[in-house]
Amino acid sequence: MCLAVPAEVIEVLEGELATVDVGGARTKISLSLVEGVEVGDYVLVHAGFAIETIDEEEARKTIELLEELERLEGMR
Amino acid sequence: MQELLSETVFPLLGGSAAEAEDAAVLDLEGGRIAFTTDSFVVQPLFFPGGDIGKLAVCGTVNDLAMRGAKPLYLSLGLIIEEGLPFETLEKALSSVAEWAGRAGVRVVAGDTKVVERGKADGLFINTAGVGVVPEGRDVSITGASPGDTLLINGHIGDHGVAVMTEREGFRFESGVVSDCAPLNALTEAMLAAGRVGAMRDATRGGLGAVLKEMAAASGVAIEIEEEKLPIREGVRAVCELLGFDPLYVANEGKLVASVPSADETAVLEVMRSVEEGRDSVAIGRVTDGKPGEVVMVTKLGSRRLIRMPSGEQLPRIC
Amino acid sequence: MKYLDEFRSPGVVKALAEKTKRLTGGHASYMEVCGTHTMAISRSGLRDLLAPEVELISGPGCPVCVTSDRDIDRAIAIASLPDVIMTTFGDMMKVPGSEGSLADAQSRGADVRVVYSPLDSLRVAAGTGCRVVFLGVGFETTAPTVAATILQAAAQNIENFYALSLHKLVPPALRALASQDDFRIDGFLLPGHVSAIIGSEVYNFLPEEFGIPCAIAGFEPADIMEAVYLLAAMEKPEVRTEYARAVRPGGNPKALEVMRRVFEPVDAEWRGLFTIPASGLALRPELSSMDAGTWEVELPEPKPRAACRCGDILLGRIKPLDCPLFAGACTPDQPVGPCMVSSEGTCASYYLYSGEAD
Repeated sequence: MCLAVPAEVIEVLEGELATVDVGGARTKISLSLVEGVEVGDYVLVHAGFAIETIDEEEARKTIELLEELERLEGMR
Repeated sequence: MQELLSETVFPLLGGSAAEAEDAAVLDLEGGRIAFTTDSFVVQPLFFPGGDIGKLAVCGTVNDLAMRGAKPLYLSLGLIIEEGLPFETLEKALSSVAEWAGRAGVRVVAGDTKVVERGKADGLFINTAGVGVVPEGRDVSITGASPGDTLLINGHIGDHGVAVMTEREGFRFESGVVSDCAPLNALTEAMLAAGRVGAMRDATRGGLGAVLKEMAAASGVAIEIEEEKLPIREGVRAVCELLGFDPLYVANEGKLVASVPSADETAVLEVMRSVEEGRDSVAIGRVTDGKPGEVVMVTKLGSRRLIRMPSGEQLPRIC
Repeated sequence: MKYLDEFRSPGVVKALAEKTKRLTGGHASYMEVCGTHTMAISRSGLRDLLAPEVELISGPGCPVCVTSDRDIDRAIAIASLPDVIMTTFGDMMKVPGSEGSLADAQSRGADVRVVYSPLDSLRVAAGTGCRVVFLGVGFETTAPTVAATILQAAAQNIENFYALSLHKLVPPALRALASQDDFRIDGFLLPGHVSAIIGSEVYNFLPEEFGIPCAIAGFEPADIMEAVYLLAAMEKPEVRTEYARAVRPGGNPKALEVMRRVFEPVDAEWRGLFTIPASGLALRPELSSMDAGTWEVELPEPKPRAACRCGDILLGRIKPLDCPLFAGACTPDQPVGPCMVSSEGTCASYYLYSGEAD
């Protein structure tokens, strides 16, 4: 389990709701399972809820690590 | 459904499910007639880019066009659920009229029945279509040959996503509209430009289903490249959210054609000059491999076997 | 699409595969316990890239797969009641019980509706006098969303909304697996989204008590490959988090709290396995008025499924090909056991993507 997709928070609405954007597709989801979400943040969307915020710093670190691994491997 | 057809319907009526064509070409005195029928039960009745009326015309016109026929006449059978608002029926019929006109066909026969509430989903439509196949043309699902290039006239998955996002609870604003369109102008242009061995429109079951059907009916193997498949961002996004594979999502204005490689350039160029073929692209080739086998080379370079989809894709969370 | 495309680079995936194969120096088997991982691995052809040095085995990670016959029968019985509308995730529609699936019940007249979010059920409930029962299936990724929905229904006094909880928990299942005598695995690939909720620390018992290396993986090809690499590179067994962008050591406290307010652990029957203690979730007694699990319904005679080998497949003992029913009596169109019925089930994945059935 399970299908959850990273989405950008476009608008925070009343009632613990938000409009999010996934690759151009927009939908309203519930923020009742996360805290401190602001416009521009990225969240993981599952079954109409944000289940976690994406740590952009960690994401950047992972991406850099992967790119470095690829570069080193290519040098073998 | 496949089993119902191959184990009950075909044996009773004669013929084989494996070689089922989009339309029957009949020798009549004076030439060959293409004849086909289809029923439309789409929900909702109206969706971005179309409605049941437009579907009913285009679906049947396209089945005729896939055999290289020039579509001429349609019959129109309506089954109306009691209580359907008159405006709804009017809108659907106006759509039939509009698209029949645009496709260059005439509705010349019809029937209407009203059934009790609950016995039909608002409105069901059946259309049967008749067209003429010019002398010398022989386009068949069995006509793909090793060495052929496979062409598609544009983006996949638009219709399925457009219909899904009209449903309560799935209202993702994606900007995706149904690709529903008549393809006879496109097919005429293609057949004038070069040879087409096999052709089929991709409807339910998507591109994946058509490729499997073509490979099986023609007794050939097919290889396509994931990188080459045209998929709109909005379709990708909704498919990610709902767990759909775009390969199996329904279309209503897409055809796959198997064309001898020598004719590829000419046919592709002419396709791109027609509105319904603006985004045409080559997606793969027919090979000498195991008959019926369809392989997709993924973006990672690995090979993935494509299967016949079983039933409708349902939105999933797992 | 951001945070998806960056983890799909062919160059990265291939580089990681090569590096991993060199590290294992022979052979390694890793078990993934998440159906979404099974699907992702199959769809990208990752097994081929890792073969033959590294083997990826599918364990009991599909919450749909492990739903027992009896639970499905109960769902169908409830859905078939005349004044009930059952809302469900699409995954559950074709799961076979003793006498067919929810889809079959629907074609016999039961009002069953597929929803994207459990919240959609509240909208349905608001517009009808019928009882609306949401079928809650899934692991810890989904349970909080259902819990939040139940709390919202209670807060908004939606009196005709009920839930039938068939939710299950991952760590108890992992413990049950690791405790099996014949269980030999070189590492676990742990589910990234379940872990986003429950965190990484809850898995420490696996390396500490059982000496099993663990890596928590995201779902894109590069995520999975990187996690496999981490397993191969581990010098001593521990829990590593590849999916750090979504998984914190303590998980998501708010989601966990919502879950605790609504659910309590109960023993649960895992299809093809056995009853695992405290591995299921039931509504807490104070919410019993919303619990469709307390309803008295008539259930059919349980169907004996002697030839079905789903249990052994889920435990990683055999492969789909080893099951006598695979691709013959048991196909995606006519599934016997849940391993074939779920689109992410081990057998369905093999059937759809690997082509062994040809």
